[in-house]
Amino acid sequence: MSDIYAIFKREFRSYFDSPIGYIFITVFLVLTGWLFYSSFFILNYSSLRGFFELLPWMFLFFVPAVTMRLWAEEKKLGTMELLMTLPVRDIDVVIGKFLASFCFLTLTILLTFPLVISVVQLGNPDMGPIIGGYLGAILMGGAYLAIGMFASSLNDNQIITFIFGVVICFGLFIIGEGFVLIRVPGSWVPVLQFLGIGAHFRSIGRGVIDSRDVLYYLSVVALFLFLNIRALESRTGH
Amino acid sequence: MIDVQGLTKRFGSTVAVKDVSFQVPTGQVLGFLGPNGAGKTTTMRILTGFMPADEGSATIAGFDIYTQSLEVRKRIGYLPESAPLYLDMDVPDFLSFIARVRKIPASKITGATNRIVELCGLKQVMHKKIGELSKGYRQRVGLAQAMIHDPDILVLDEPTSGLDPNQIIEIRELIKELGHEKTVILSTHILPEVTATCDRILIIHDGRIVADGTPEKLASQAAGESTLWVTISDMTDAPVSAFSRIAGIKSVAKASENRADKDGQRIAMKLHPGVKPAADVFRCAVEHGWTLTELHTESATLEDIFAQLTR
Repeated sequence: MSDIYAIFKREFRSYFDSPIGYIFITVFLVLTGWLFYSSFFILNYSSLRGFFELLPWMFLFFVPAVTMRLWAEEKKLGTMELLMTLPVRDIDVVIGKFLASFCFLTLTILLTFPLVISVVQLGNPDMGPIIGGYLGAILMGGAYLAIGMFASSLNDNQIITFIFGVVICFGLFIIGEGFVLIRVPGSWVPVLQFLGIGAHFRSIGRGVIDSRDVLYYLSVVALFLFLNIRALESRTGH
Repeated sequence: MIDVQGLTKRFGSTVAVKDVSFQVPTGQVLGFLGPNGAGKTTTMRILTGFMPADEGSATIAGFDIYTQSLEVRKRIGYLPESAPLYLDMDVPDFLSFIARVRKIPASKITGATNRIVELCGLKQVMHKKIGELSKGYRQRVGLAQAMIHDPDILVLDEPTSGLDPNQIIEIRELIKELGHEKTVILSTHILPEVTATCDRILIIHDGRIVADGTPEKLASQAAGESTLWVTISDMTDAPVSAFSRIAGIKSVAKASENRADKDGQRIAMKLHPGVKPAADVFRCAVEHGWTLTELHTESATLEDIFAQLTR
């Protein structure tokens, strides 16, 4: 437990030891804010629906950018050798790193609270979907993070691991979306819809928290953290 | 303390380490010597639990490196090649991270850090980011993280690379001092380094151990290879066999190339160990009426042994 905490602390601080964390947060807030407000006043409808519909697409690029360095940088700098010869279990390192990126992402998501304030001030929104939306965003973010972190363990070049991350996330997102579903045989639809990342997010976002949706995200996280541990076992030094 | 049996490691079709076995008792400083790519780093990476070997086994302090990897890693301090460090961290943060992971009790972290900062001479750079440090200071931070938990076993991959001559001497002294109570494995391709610091040398070449012994033992093996160089200014075609009758000379050969600064024919005589036939050679030359312009013995050193074994 103390190992996980030590790894977590170092990793979380590393987002802020260099300007990278601040840049990420700023870019994310500016982009989501701009995209949200640009349609908010036209729609003239007091809800965060526009924001939450945007999130799966934002995360597609933002989350792999948050995770791309987690392993790639360790490999590039050679600190992988330092880290993996410390008396720490692989699983603890993986969990510590995951939690660090998870807290960073959660912090970023929560920093969008001015959107909530403006919606509340300008109208009388239903709080259920807003709370559900944030919870869903955090869960979906966790799934994207686990995927992105796994992708980061596949190469020592951050640009490549970013692209890997985007591709895997996109694949898992797109299979559950309408424009794929209308092109597949009818019997596949419920399966693909369940496997897709987005449907569960929308389901939670309606303000109804179904244990299946939560379980889905936890399973995706567990699966990719497991794959990550396996990827570490096959390390060859570079 | 360290018992290595038949380690083999392949990368694709190349064999990096081939059936390497050795034992290191407590309190010995063992030097891995070998050209680049000989398998020193790979052997160290296997021992420190960074990567598994394909064949063979090893125990460190009685713990198996595979099944009890965590126990092994707790007892080792490891400085990887070229001291990789988290460049964005500052020195105290980095050391306290290592101290935490190394399970140094919270109450003792400050003490341990101060001790190691003193030992490695890091006081002046405590406020700096590691990325801003020179190569020499990074190397020292690497040493500090390897020793902060006062481990029984130190594995140091090229510990003095990037250091200036004064620092090299300091680090060598430190390693020697540590070697009294700790087991140290260090690798280097700098020959004087092993003679200065190690109790024992393993020369590794192409993944195999090609020599094993104390620096003195290896040097004395080399002494059997000393050569007597003679230059005779006025001998052009005369037979050199006259010299081969002198006791103690193994073989005589004309040097193929004459050195510009030596006038005449250069002759190389391989000597049997422990003989000093220079006087006889001089008399022999006088008897034949030759003029000697050079006469000196070149005894082989560790360099020669190294060159011979790793060519």
